[in-house]
Parts: sequence; C-alpha cells; structure tokens
Amino acid sequence: MSITESAKVAIPEPRKISTVPRFSDRVFRVVVFCGGLSALIILAAIAIFLGIRGFSILSQTGLRFVTQYEWYSAINTDGTAGEEGSTFGIGAMLIGTIITALIAVVIGVPIAVASALFLNFYAPNSLRGFLVAVIDLMAAFPSILFGLWAFNILMPSGEYWAKILHKYLGFVPFFDVSAPVFTRSPFIAGIVLAIMIIPIVTSVSREVFSQTPLDRIQAAYALGATKWTMIKAVVLPFGSSGIVGGAMLGLGRAMGETVAVFTVLNIVFQANFQVLLGAGGNVASLIILKFGEASIEEINALMAAGLILFLLTLLINMAADLIVNRSSRKGR
Amino acid sequence: MSTMLVPKPIKPWQRKPKEMLPEVGGVFFVVIGTWAAIEFTGLSGKLGAFISASLLSLLASTFISNQSRGKSAAKNSFFGTLVAVFSILAILPVISIFGTVLIKGTKGIYIGFFTNDMSLSSVNDPLNSGGIFHAIVGTLLLISFAMLISVPLGILTALYLTEIKGPGSRLIRFLVQAMSGVPSIVAGLFIYSAFISGTGRGFSGFMGSLALSILMLPTVARTAEEVLLLIPSDLREAGLALGGTQWRTVAMVVVPAAKSGLITAVILGVARIAGETAPLLFTTGGGDTLNLNPFNNVMGSVPFAIWKALISGSAESNARAWASILVLLVMVMVLFFVARKLGKRKI
Repeated sequence: MSITESAKVAIPEPRKISTVPRFSDRVFRVVVFCGGLSALIILAAIAIFLGIRGFSILSQTGLRFVTQYEWYSAINTDGTAGEEGSTFGIGAMLIGTIITALIAVVIGVPIAVASALFLNFYAPNSLRGFLVAVIDLMAAFPSILFGLWAFNILMPSGEYWAKILHKYLGFVPFFDVSAPVFTRSPFIAGIVLAIMIIPIVTSVSREVFSQTPLDRIQAAYALGATKWTMIKAVVLPFGSSGIVGGAMLGLGRAMGETVAVFTVLNIVFQANFQVLLGAGGNVASLIILKFGEASIEEINALMAAGLILFLLTLLINMAADLIVNRSSRKGR
Repeated sequence: MSTMLVPKPIKPWQRKPKEMLPEVGGVFFVVIGTWAAIEFTGLSGKLGAFISASLLSLLASTFISNQSRGKSAAKNSFFGTLVAVFSILAILPVISIFGTVLIKGTKGIYIGFFTNDMSLSSVNDPLNSGGIFHAIVGTLLLISFAMLISVPLGILTALYLTEIKGPGSRLIRFLVQAMSGVPSIVAGLFIYSAFISGTGRGFSGFMGSLALSILMLPTVARTAEEVLLLIPSDLREAGLALGGTQWRTVAMVVVPAAKSGLITAVILGVARIAGETAPLLFTTGGGDTLNLNPFNNVMGSVPFAIWKALISGSAESNARAWASILVLLVMVMVLFFVARKLGKRKI
C-alpha cells in the first residue's frame, strides 16, 4: 500500500541538456562583441570622416597635394577672396616629417637598444627596477613637457653640438648650412623626438630580448663566450626583428608628434635637407599652425593632410606590429 | 689548556689591493682627463663633461682589460661600458626635466594659483594674480568623461580577446595595437570634422573627452588584456563547473579576480591622456573661466593653459607655464606610481 502510494509521487523531469547558450550568455556575447568592434569602427570612422572632408581638395589637386611645396589660401579669414588662386601642397612638410623622424630613429634607436641590453643583461637587480621605472615614467610624460623643456634647456646644447658637427663634418651635404642659423633646426627637433621614442623602443626590444632561449645563452657561455660575444652571437640575431619593429614603432610615433615639434621647430615651407639649418616642418605642426585662422577651404585641406598623416602612421604601425609579432613567434 | 687554533677566514677570490690598482688608476685617469677636457678644449658644460667622461672611461676600461686579460676581454669591456653609458644617456633627459621643472615651476606657485582662474587676469599679469583652478577642474572633467566612454569599451575589447576569443580576435588585437599609434592630432581633427565643423555645434568639453577617449581606449584594452590573460583558467573552469553561465563566470569570478589589474589599466590610460594637448586644441576651445558644463561652451584644461601661456611668450606667462607643467607632472607621476603599486599586487 505504502509502496504504491510513494510510487505516485511525481518524478521531476530530467533537466534538458543542450549546448545552446542561454539567453543571458547570448546577450553577453553580443555586447562584448560590439565592444570589441569599437577599435575597428573608430579607425574606419577616422578614415571616412577625414576622407569626406579632404576629398574636394584631394580631387582638385590630385598628386600635387603631396609633391607641391606651397601652402597658400586665397580666401582670407573674413571670407574675401585674395588675388591668386589658392594652392595647397604638403610636399615640404612631408619631407620635413620624414627627415625629423629619421633623425629621431638614428639617434634614439641605438641608445634605446643599448639600454635594453643593459637592463636585461648587465644591470644588477636593484638598479634594474629603478631604471625600468624611470624609462616607463618617461613614456607617460606629456609631449608639451618635452616641448617646453627642449625649447628652454635642450636648445642651447643642441645648438652647440650642431655647430661642432657643422665645423668638423660640414663637407657632408647634410651637415652643411647655407646661413649660420642653428637654433630651431630639424636636428634639434630630431633629438627631442629621439628622447620621446626611447621608452617605447626600449620596452619593445627588452621584451624581445627577454624571450631569448636560456639554453642558447648558456650554450654560448659554455663555448667560452664573453658576455659581449654571447650577445652578438645569440641575443642580437634572435631579437633583430624586434629591434626593427621597435624602430618602426618609434618612427610612427615620431612622425605623428605635434606639440613638441611645433614648439622647437621653425616652420618654413621649403624642402630643407640641411638638417642643421633652422628651418623645417612637419605635417602635424602644419595643421596646428594653420588651424587657428583657416578658411573653410583651408580646413578641408588640413583634413586631407591629417588623412595622409593618419594613413602613413597607421601603415607604419601595422608593419611594425607584424614584424614584432613574427619575431615573438619565431623562438622556441 | 691548549688554545684552539681558529683559522683566519680567507677569501681567495677577493682581489688584493695591488690588483685593484689599475681600476683605481683608471678612475683617476677619467676624473683628471674630464677636468682637463673641460679646461683646455672646446668642450664645456655638464653635457660636455658627461661626454668626455664617457669617452675616457671607454678608453680606460678597454685598455685595462686588454693589458690584464687580452683582446677579447678588451672587446667585452668596451661594449659593456658603451651599453652602460648609453643607458645613462637615455635617462639623462628625465633627470634634466625633473630639475628644470622643479626649479622653474616652484617660482610661479602660490596658494591662489590653485583657487583662482584666469577670467580677470591676462597671461602677462604678474604672477600673484590668476591661477589654473578652472584648468584643473576642466582637466578632471575631461578625464572623467573620457573614462566613461573608453573604460567600458576597452574592457569589453579585452574581454572579447580573452574570454570569447571569437572570430576575428586576431584582427581586433592587431587593430588595437595599430590604434595605439594614431597621432593625437588626428584624433582631434577627426572629432572636429565629425562632430563640430559644419554641425553648428561649438567647442565643448565633451568633444575633448571624445577625442581623448580615442587615445585612451587602446591603452586600457591592451593592459586589461594582459591582466586577464594572467587569470588562471582554473578559476574560469571552476565557475563553469559550479553551473554558472559564461556571463556569471566572467562577471562574478574573472573580473573580480582581475580587479586591481583592471584598475591599473584604467590609471595607465588616464596617465596617457592627462597631458595631451594637440587634440584639445581642436575640440575644447580652452576657456579662461570655470565652466562646469561639459556639453556647452569652451572648457579650459591644464595642457591648454600651458599652451596659451607658452605662445604668449612673456616672462610672466613663461613662469606660469612652468608652474602649470609642474602641476601636470605631479598629477602624471602620482597616477603612474599608484598604477605601479597596484600592478605589482598579486592577483
């Protein structure tokens, strides 16, 4: 009797097992996916909006926009037309951008790679922590601080070293000057940019150097290598693509730097290959120089210049990332 | 009673004073040589002294190693010294920047500097009038609104890369990396072209925040991704094994476990944007009075105040610029060291 009664108690149905995510999980995934797309959307939006605004100028001038040296707006700020047609060309600024960024890489990368080697292989532990903190802190310094410091403190010594370079290496066309003006030159701007890219190049090369397989290092020592021969035979070949990638990241940063260059450099609309002469330019500083009193047409031209700067730095950064990532996957 | 003979401890590896002689001589050589270089040649100043001292110590260390241990040891110590000299060269600017900012910045600081704004005084007024109260408040507002936008987006991006690992996560990681190299001026120009120019809207603080959040997003996303990767997968599996859905596991287990690291990510992002000047020039307009409404009217900020003082060019405005940069530097340093402190904590 009692047995039959207890059998009547309803057995709960077994829980359904399925691999379909619950509703909450589906919402979660959609939300996270949308957030993850933000980088793509922002990058695309930057290219599209700058492209729309710059399109009229770019289609008018075509390739001359990047080859011409003149920048002249025919429409004054009060809306009246000037006497000539306006010409917009960022050729000189583009050359200036590349020159200053290259100077920065030439000065900054050897220093940064050497300090990465010092931090990873030479420095005692107590010193290492301190130096890493200082270099990381340097990366967080605002660029206006570098600009102000460079204008007031670095300029005199930069000028002094520029004069020495000119005196002893003046026969090299790059170090010649047509007028004895050594302040506010691309050389000094390049030094500032070099200082600004040292932290990022150091941290990228440090990361790659630290992935050097320990067995190879020890094998080199076992074969009787000194520290330097070990570095030359093992660490540098292993980390070479990290150095190249870090240098390219630094190049990208140096090309996009605005305020520090604008503070230091004397902006002149000429292609100036004499790096010690106080005249030069940079696309970013052109934009800041002209933005304040620009007419609508000129603003469109500035947008086009910004678009070119954006695409240039994006391309360099992507190439750098590819190189660095390839290197980090290479080792065992 | 016999006395126990205690042998005097010897350290055979320790070098005798006689063997130390070359090094002491080398140090003497460098010191005297540097003095001579400054005194008798064209080199001058602290940088000249540093450069001659480094060249001489390179020479001395190479020579000593060559004499005592031969050619390959000489090469080794040459490059060892070179690497050390270069890394001193790398941190030399930081020391110089600190010294300069402290010396020049403290001159312009008085109590009113933090409580007054520049509405009644021009940048060329004497230093005891005006201040950067409006700019400090403005910077704080700009940073908070930029955080409101970029912290959720950055952490969601990091979660997508680490928790869902969905399709295209490699592409997104690549794009975030590339985005961190976008020049700050381009971010400002983009906001100007998209939201200000031609729409009838004027400059406002919120526009500045939008531009800053573009720069902050990649820093937050990358740091947060690194932190989330450090969370052991045991924790995730335990959460799922207890019957939690993925959403519950992430929200109740993973994110709380990574809390201090995520805070570090946010702080590093804030440190990245606190001193940005270029994007603000195109978006905020840089007012001189206190403005608490970020959606209307121009808003001042510390970098913009420095910029204004810098381009006006008088002695007073220069002093004001240095004082403001001291404030900015202290802000950035506090953020940086808090982030480091939190980042070191074990998860």
